[in-house]
Amino acid sequence: MEVPILKQSDYLIATIQAALTDEDLLKLHYALVEQVGKHRSRGVIIDVTALDIMDSFATRTLRSLVHMVKLRGADTVICGIQPEVAFTMVQLGLTLEGISTALDLEEGLALLTTSNNKKRKI
Amino acid sequence: MDGGSTIAITSDSDIIVARELGRRVGRELDFSLTDLTIIATVISELARNIIIFAKHGDMIIETIRHGKKVGIVITAVDKGPGIPDIFLAMQDGYSTGKGLGLGLPGVRRLMDEFEIFSETGKGTRVSVKKWLM
Ligand SMILES: Nc1ncnc2c1ncn2[C@@H]1O[C@H](COP(=O)(O)OP(=O)(O)OP(=O)(O)O)[C@@H](O)[C@H]1O
Ligand SMILES: [Mg+2]
Repeated sequence: MEVPILKQSDYLIATIQAALTDEDLLKLHYALVEQVGKHRSRGVIIDVTALDIMDSFATRTLRSLVHMVKLRGADTVICGIQPEVAFTMVQLGLTLEGISTALDLEEGLALLTTSNNKKRKI
Repeated sequence: MDGGSTIAITSDSDIIVARELGRRVGRELDFSLTDLTIIATVISELARNIIIFAKHGDMIIETIRHGKKVGIVITAVDKGPGIPDIFLAMQDGYSTGKGLGLGLPGVRRLMDEFEIFSETGKGTRVSVKKWLM
């Protein structure tokens, strides 16, 4: 199942809607890195509310995605990690160190907007 | 132990099928949402190891009864290359691939019982249990 990517002003929003195969996740990775360049986006939000697990492969892929998007000049926020998913990740030893996370889409957008406003002032 | 179900793991979409079956069996036993998430994650890690290191194999999901105790048993078997040094493979951060090296040690932390047998050139079998408390 492919993940739809929505463009909203300066941002790209990818909402994962069901369990993803490894291939789907890699496709999302490439698509986002490409679209950030194409639309000159300043931020990316990945909404993982519907994701029922986050294993080592998903974590590694998301981390690499965030780093590549960063190299293309945009920030990423991952939002909607469910409490039981977070609990399992911690026990597995998986971390999203250095990656911004938010409770939901709204908070994620707010986070991106504040960080962009700060950048503009500098 | 009941007959259980076996799922052939040959591609990454089989990982999702196995995960869903594990959830279904766990739900029938009345495991909590957190435990169901743990069960699905463990299946994902073991099935992915099969795909990456052995190309194909089987996931077996069974329920187990021991007196009053009820639980789920998840077994991953393959006839792949085997693991030359199990002690090393069980260390956090050890990976011969591109992984984070957290799958096996993480699975051990997440489950109540953990067994691994592996023979170089013959294959690997990982069997884990979670009891319903
Ligand atoms: N079924 C298997 N057959 C052969 N070797 C295996 C198998 N499962 C694990 N291994 C070996 O054990 C090592 C550790 O496995 P583990 O799952 O902990 O880490 P990984 O798969 O490399 O990375 P991660 O799971 O974090 O993505 C692997 O790198 C591999 O060398
Ligand atoms: Mg692994």
